[in-house]
Amino acid sequence: MPPDNSRSSSSRSLWRLRHYLRPHLASLVFTWLAAVAGIAATIVIPLVSKEIIDGPIARSDLGALVPLGLLALGLGVAEALLTFIRRWGQTGVVIGVETAIRDDLYRHLQRLPMSFHDEWQSGQLLSRATTDLSTIRRFFGFGLLFLVMNVLQLTTVTGLLLHMYWPLGLLVAASAVPITIVTLRFERRFMKAARQVQDEQGDLATIVEESALGIRTIKAFGRGGHVFDRFDGKAGEVYRTSMKKVRLASRFFTFLEVIPNATLALVLLLGALAVGGGSLSLGTLVAFTTLMLQLVWPIASLGYIIAMGQEAMTSADRVLEVMDTPPAIVGGELVLDRPRGHLRFEGVGFEFPSRQVLSDVWLDVRPGETVAVVGATGSGKTTLTALVPRLADVSAGRVTIDGLDVRDLTLESLRQTVATAFEEPTLFSMSVRENITLGHHEATEAQVETALEIAQATFAYDLPWGLDTRIGEQGMSLSGGQRQRLALARAILGQPRILVLDDTLSALDVETEALVEEALRRVLADVTGIVVAHRASTVLLADRVALLAGGTVTHVGTHHELLAGVPEYRELLAAEEVSVD
Amino acid sequence: MTDWRGVAAEQKDDLPTSVTDLLRTRSRDLLTDLLTPHRRNIVALVAIIVASSAAGLSIPYLVKVGIDYGIPHGTGTLLVIVGAVLVAALIQAYTRRAFLALSGRVGQDILLELRRRVFRHFQRLSLAFHEKYTSGRVISRLTSDVEAIGELLESGFDGLVTAVLTLVGTAFMLLVLDVHLGLAALVPIPFLLLFTRWFRRQSSIAYRRTRETVALLIVHFVESMTGIRAAQTFRREPRNQEIFETLNGDYGGANMRTMHVISIFMPGVKLIGNVTVAAVLLYGGWLAIQHEVTVGVLAAFLLYLRQFYEPMQEISQFYNTLQSAGAALEKLSGVLEERPEVAEPDEPQAVAGRGQVRFDGVEFGYTDLQVIERLDLTISAGQTVAVVGATGAGKTTLAKLISRFYDPVVGRVLLDGVDLRDLDEPTLRGAVVMVTQENFLFSGTIADNIRIGRPGAPLTDVMAAAAAVGAHDFIMSLPGGYDAEVGKRGGRMSAGQRQLVAFARAFLADPAVLILDEATSSLDVPSERLVQRALRTVLAGRTAMIIAHRLSTVEIADRVLVVEGGRIVEDGPPHDLISEGGRYAGLHDAWQASLA
Ligand SMILES: Nc1ncnc2c1ncn2[C@@H]1O[C@H](COP(=O)(O)OP(=O)(O)OP(=O)(O)O)[C@@H](O)[C@H]1O
Ligand SMILES: Nc1ncnc2c1ncn2[C@@H]1O[C@H](COP(=O)(O)OP(=O)(O)OP(=O)(O)O)[C@@H](O)[C@H]1O
Ligand SMILES: [Mg+2]
Repeated sequence: MPPDNSRSSSSRSLWRLRHYLRPHLASLVFTWLAAVAGIAATIVIPLVSKEIIDGPIARSDLGALVPLGLLALGLGVAEALLTFIRRWGQTGVVIGVETAIRDDLYRHLQRLPMSFHDEWQSGQLLSRATTDLSTIRRFFGFGLLFLVMNVLQLTTVTGLLLHMYWPLGLLVAASAVPITIVTLRFERRFMKAARQVQDEQGDLATIVEESALGIRTIKAFGRGGHVFDRFDGKAGEVYRTSMKKVRLASRFFTFLEVIPNATLALVLLLGALAVGGGSLSLGTLVAFTTLMLQLVWPIASLGYIIAMGQEAMTSADRVLEVMDTPPAIVGGELVLDRPRGHLRFEGVGFEFPSRQVLSDVWLDVRPGETVAVVGATGSGKTTLTALVPRLADVSAGRVTIDGLDVRDLTLESLRQTVATAFEEPTLFSMSVRENITLGHHEATEAQVETALEIAQATFAYDLPWGLDTRIGEQGMSLSGGQRQRLALARAILGQPRILVLDDTLSALDVETEALVEEALRRVLADVTGIVVAHRASTVLLADRVALLAGGTVTHVGTHHELLAGVPEYRELLAAEEVSVD
Repeated sequence: MTDWRGVAAEQKDDLPTSVTDLLRTRSRDLLTDLLTPHRRNIVALVAIIVASSAAGLSIPYLVKVGIDYGIPHGTGTLLVIVGAVLVAALIQAYTRRAFLALSGRVGQDILLELRRRVFRHFQRLSLAFHEKYTSGRVISRLTSDVEAIGELLESGFDGLVTAVLTLVGTAFMLLVLDVHLGLAALVPIPFLLLFTRWFRRQSSIAYRRTRETVALLIVHFVESMTGIRAAQTFRREPRNQEIFETLNGDYGGANMRTMHVISIFMPGVKLIGNVTVAAVLLYGGWLAIQHEVTVGVLAAFLLYLRQFYEPMQEISQFYNTLQSAGAALEKLSGVLEERPEVAEPDEPQAVAGRGQVRFDGVEFGYTDLQVIERLDLTISAGQTVAVVGATGAGKTTLAKLISRFYDPVVGRVLLDGVDLRDLDEPTLRGAVVMVTQENFLFSGTIADNIRIGRPGAPLTDVMAAAAAVGAHDFIMSLPGGYDAEVGKRGGRMSAGQRQLVAFARAFLADPAVLILDEATSSLDVPSERLVQRALRTVLAGRTAMIIAHRLSTVEIADRVLVVEGGRIVEDGPPHDLISEGGRYAGLHDAWQASLA
């Protein structure tokens, strides 16, 4: 969901990317020199031909023909060689720039907080990382050079024309006025359309992504048609906006071809009259018109190049829009040396843009203690746990570990201290091992094994290639319980001081759950734990229970205390017993 | 570095490159197929561009005439000629604009058709395909591949047609001017052809590689953005960055290779052209000295030769976009060629029953794992069956077979006596609906998401369904109520809330057979109780399969199946099973103990 953006600072956006060219400055200069030399060769070759015709052939001098012919050959070879150097050299530059921007974009995206990622669809991000960057690459690699060369050629030839016969030269120069006006107008409108197409393509990518990720739901309800209509609607929008672009461009490109031709006709008329009046020689008129013909192509191709530049600018805009988003969550300075794991919520409040979820939460979890957080669906348990590793930041109060505000700790140190097993196991289409180790690339085989044993996930060894088996995207080639146990193993693996389990046993059968709890009890004996639970059996893992209601912790005590003293709690947890009896 | 992805049985990544010819015919077929409906327009385009080029080419000629005849013959003739120049310019402008607009439209039409076709096909392909293909690759097919083709359509026709016209015209002129010299000038053509063949080979290899590397890049990008929460929590960022940079480097390398191939080819063509010019100069010069050709002819030759090799550059530029589009076409035609493993029947049958489900000697396994071993089972219409068992026992797999996410390897699954394979999609989905373990919310409003159950349902029905599962209250408490946005993948809802919405969806769908796969696992107890109460009324007269670990849900079932290692080991009414003291009794005891 990209914020709509009507800034007109686009050319500046592109200009701001110039520092990516810096490492390539040397080869850039070299290739541009080659380009200029190449043009020189291109211009000289016809001169040599002229020389041959006027010299050896006119004088029937066979001896002089050979050296001049060889010169033409040499120049021809040189021209090809220079073109080769320009192209080859340029390749390295533009690919280098594109790759570097993409690496940086990705790095930046990884630093942006969850609040950003909750809002931005990956389709939009993806279209920036692929389509937009290739557009920029193409402009840097091709458009820019031609733009400069065309302008160069245009000004030299116009200068030459002015020099030859200034009244007609002035006429030619004046034809630049309508071109400039129309170009500016076109630029604004084309830019808007280009931006719109790019955004819509991002939306389209988003729909594609959703339809691929949600394929099970779509199939389960047989809603392929429905999803197709959604896609078709958006594809239709892209179609219409692209057509708008096509129409704009067709008018503009045509205009750019008409103007020089119309000017030519005028020049011919006025020139002929001038020749008749004797103020202009016939030879000059011939030269003049020949030169003018040379202008037609550079002006006409200007249209393509300007359009290309426009697209590169909007692309740069879109890329920088992401790059300019400041990472709202950055680490502090402090490092927890030997964390004890004393976790405190001190008057914590949290709100999403539209709604307050937590307010004035006080909770003290002593080192080594485990506290269960119990609350109704949607009461804010997950939100509360997300504040500890700073997936989100409190909007009031503070969260401390060993007395230090989590916002003062480096992210590295904080996230090493805290590990979370999420309610939804987030798995990737990689090997099982890589999924479990994630950030702990250095984990030993023995550590992995221990974690898998605690999580009762040793089934992983029985997969066709053991831990090297690739599990489908989001772990889809595993059963629900298997996915959850892998996610649990992942959290345990880092031997964190603070372990957060967010309703992590919900997909396990009773027997497996009992086994996991048994093993977890041993793990939790040493570490500080927060266990989000809906079931009494899980609550029993904890020493104390905190009841979350109305956005704050209303009661803290042992399971039995709360069961006896708090009707709300009884309602939440003990009801099953009542209904069974 | 390359081992992070792990091993998979059947790497559905990409096709082996050895079968190039097959690929080429396949993508050519697709292209022909796409172009055929537009053949009239294409003919029109060619006509327009011929007219436009003729008008364009006539202008220099008219200028020459103007100078040669107009000036000597006075103002009247001159005005006629200037008028002709203007008319030619106008014709050119008009045809040019018509051409650009028409070719743009044809291109966009084709793109739209291609997008639609590929998208629809992806939707048609079975889950088994999607599990291996991954969403990232789906996205890369529908974005970067389609865009590569778009580029061809955008600039392709124009460049090619103009270039070919100039090329043929020039060659003709050369031969007309002087056969000897003309033939000499055309000697390099075989070399040119050979060189072009080399280029075609190289660049098609190179472009194919870019398609493959960009797909991997996209897959990694999309997955790591989708799972960013885990990546940040577990400090995966450096490793992700490392992987990304490797993939990005590969992609850059592949792109570099395509550009290197061009940077050899283009100057190469230029070299051939320039050498020819020099040779013509020498040979032509010699001929001129021998007075076998005139100086004028030689001059014209040199001009035309340049004109001959200029469009070659343009043609190779076109060739280049063509190659890139060709590689994309290969990938797309590959997707379009995939046949859904779970195919629509040729002669769909009707069902007229109330939802009896029967497994008839069913065996099933995923590619590398046997899961269901010879199963015979009948669930009579209207029965509520609970399925319990250890995780990974195969419960979900059973449910997926009834929903026909997969077809059994051996045996049949029947709905009211009809093999599921003989039912068409609307009939099957109208009759059987499954709430999957992983509930997926689409970005949009809550009402939109519930309406997945029955598109077009009035809001009152949506509300009734939500109220039935106890979701109404929380929805009303959200700012916007039913029009509240759920966010990307339902991110603005809590896990339990997502589950309730998914549940309401199934209620709205109102099928004959309802399958609930751990549909209440993330709910708190009171909400779960509400759902159970609702289930009692909703399931009356409906066939239902409920998979649950919390046996409270099982209490409402008429019959319990205990699954173990892909077999049904116990089958009977819950109370009978408890009194018999088998597996279920054990589970039930354990569950009761866990409540204490
Ligand atoms: N990104 C968001 N934007 C707006 N509101 C949100 C967002 N994420 C969550 N909420 C809301 O905040 C509330 C708390 O959500 P949270 O996920 O913390 O609940 P929970 O207690 O973990 O519930 P559950 O038991 O269902 O997992 C919910 O009402 C939810 O709708
Ligand atoms: N798409 C798949 N590809 C390969 N193997 C799979 C796939 N889906 C499931 N499996 C395997 O099949 C077995 C049965 O899985 P299933 O999902 O049916 O289990 P389940 O009984 O539903 O478990 P749970 O209670 O954990 O959901 C498991 O070993 C699982 O790893
Ligand atoms: Mg939660």
